[in-house]
Amino acid sequence: MTHPSPPALEACDLTLAYDRSVVFEHLDLRIEPGQVTTLIGANGSGKSTLVKALGRLMTPSAGHVELDGVPVRRLSARQVARRVSILPQKPLTPSATTVRDLVSRGRHPHQSLLRTWTKQDADAVDAALVATDLAELSHRNADSLSGGQLQRAWIALVLAQQTPTILLDEPTTFLDLSHQLEVLRLVRSINRQRGATVVMVLHDLSLAARFSDRLIVVGEGRVLSDGTPWQVLTPDLLRSAFDLQALVIPDPGCGGPLVVPVEEEYVGSDTQVRAG
Amino acid sequence: MSERTQMVTRPARVIGAERGVGRRRKRTRLHAVTVACLGACIAAALWGVLAGSSSLTVGDVVRTLAGGGTRAQQLVVLDLRLPRVLVGLLVGASLGMAGALTQTFARNPLATPDILGVTSGAAFGGVAAIVLAGGSYVVGSTLLGLGLPVVAALGGLATATVVYGLSWRGGIDGYRLILIGIGATATLGGLTSYLLARAQITDAAAASQWLVGSLSSVSWSSVRPVLVVLVVIAPVALAQSRHLELSRLGDEMSSGLGLNVQQHRLIVIVCAVLLTSVAVSASGPIDFVAFVAPQVARRLARTGRPPLIASALVGALIVTGGDALSRGVLPGEVPVGIVTTAVGAPYLIWLLTRRKEREASS
Repeated sequence: MTHPSPPALEACDLTLAYDRSVVFEHLDLRIEPGQVTTLIGANGSGKSTLVKALGRLMTPSAGHVELDGVPVRRLSARQVARRVSILPQKPLTPSATTVRDLVSRGRHPHQSLLRTWTKQDADAVDAALVATDLAELSHRNADSLSGGQLQRAWIALVLAQQTPTILLDEPTTFLDLSHQLEVLRLVRSINRQRGATVVMVLHDLSLAARFSDRLIVVGEGRVLSDGTPWQVLTPDLLRSAFDLQALVIPDPGCGGPLVVPVEEEYVGSDTQVRAG
Repeated sequence: MSERTQMVTRPARVIGAERGVGRRRKRTRLHAVTVACLGACIAAALWGVLAGSSSLTVGDVVRTLAGGGTRAQQLVVLDLRLPRVLVGLLVGASLGMAGALTQTFARNPLATPDILGVTSGAAFGGVAAIVLAGGSYVVGSTLLGLGLPVVAALGGLATATVVYGLSWRGGIDGYRLILIGIGATATLGGLTSYLLARAQITDAAAASQWLVGSLSSVSWSSVRPVLVVLVVIAPVALAQSRHLELSRLGDEMSSGLGLNVQQHRLIVIVCAVLLTSVAVSASGPIDFVAFVAPQVARRLARTGRPPLIASALVGALIVTGGDALSRGVLPGEVPVGIVTTAVGAPYLIWLLTRRKEREASS
């Protein structure tokens, strides 16, 4: 499959490091527009680091990131923020701030000292509140929300930013399964209805497979595997990347690959291992 | 609570029509609080001109201000009390705004400009100027030539610069800055004590009095530096308001929203440091103002972070009112620094125990 349009984001010969510990070296990666791409990998494999670098939160030691074909270092922080939004792992919830005010912060890149709040901003915030089913909670203080509601509020903020590309770093952490599904269905609808390019980091492999067009497995400072969920999630890869012995079977809930970890005493019984 | 329940059950389309109502109500409250604080400042300033050992009536003061009055009245009102009240207002406003800036950037309601090392640096400079100037040291006579306010301001600026420089590691991390600031404050506190212990008894007494923070030695020449710095810095700080609001979401979220975090932080720190240095150089370190004023303003206005203008006005009110109180009511002219501590510390404790705080999450 070829893509005539330029990639939404592209990492070119990227080297990322904290002080002297190198996380990625000479990494090349294209994020195709209009797709949901999910980064998976073991703890400490550098998924979050990569997302931060793609979102301009981290300066690469070498190489560069291109946004719609333009190197991001040539763009101002505000210009980048109009094209890429990023939800980091641990944003701080401000006190005495209503949900509507919190979501309104997403309009910051579209405002300036001269151009302040407009009807367009208010409409974007309203649309984001409705899309995340928060309209009825919009007058509540953000710090009084439950975990699932708060996560929806952060996603609403990102939606109000109205960027063609959205980066989400572990948007489902600390949520129970039904709230994880709620958030991921919301992400999928943003992708399908607005054509937004989504790059996210997830830990649950089966959920990653269910909600992504493409999976990228990172580890050992490089990309270990890259492709559709069925291409990527193989028992061999799970063993090498996650040190996990597992079966991959068709998910009866959606038809995608389902990762089923195996206990030692059951290995060798009559279960078939299916490699996509 | 009933209001909240009502909000929750209200249909979405109604909220759509009423959007911005809560925001507007919040702003109205902030404006009302600001105007009320301004009125209170003016009242405190008038009281400050009236209060004192030589009893003047309101009529005397008005006549003198209008150009009349006896020579003695002119001396008391125009040369002694008016500059004192003005410096009180300006110093209080500077400390209040510096406190609001520091508490917001540090994301900590207990933070004051002291954590940047600026107060201890200015205090050390001031004490050094008083104590060493009397001796035969070369340093001492050079310091004397510059004058106490300049040395104190330089001490504050130099310390803040060193603290900032030591915290720099490809950018400023708020926590590292605070830790290094605490280290600098402890070090300079020790050095200040050492100077006091070695000093002549008269110098030590003068230095100790200055360290408490007092408006008793101010004159018209003290007004200008604080006024200039406040007039220049206040608009710069106010222009950062939106960015201060954004920075409450954390460094990563706010830079993702297009904020240049390092640049914003540098501007805020420079503003807080300049305001504090010039305030301390005019009056000595007046404790608790930068700490209490922003919290009082925030509670009155019910905002998420201390509002800058209201914090400045509450600071001005505390210092001017405290000074007038010490001259008009308390026996033997207690320094204003003692009054602010005596009033400010219990008030803060009362506020903290009275209300359930949600600061932990921010």
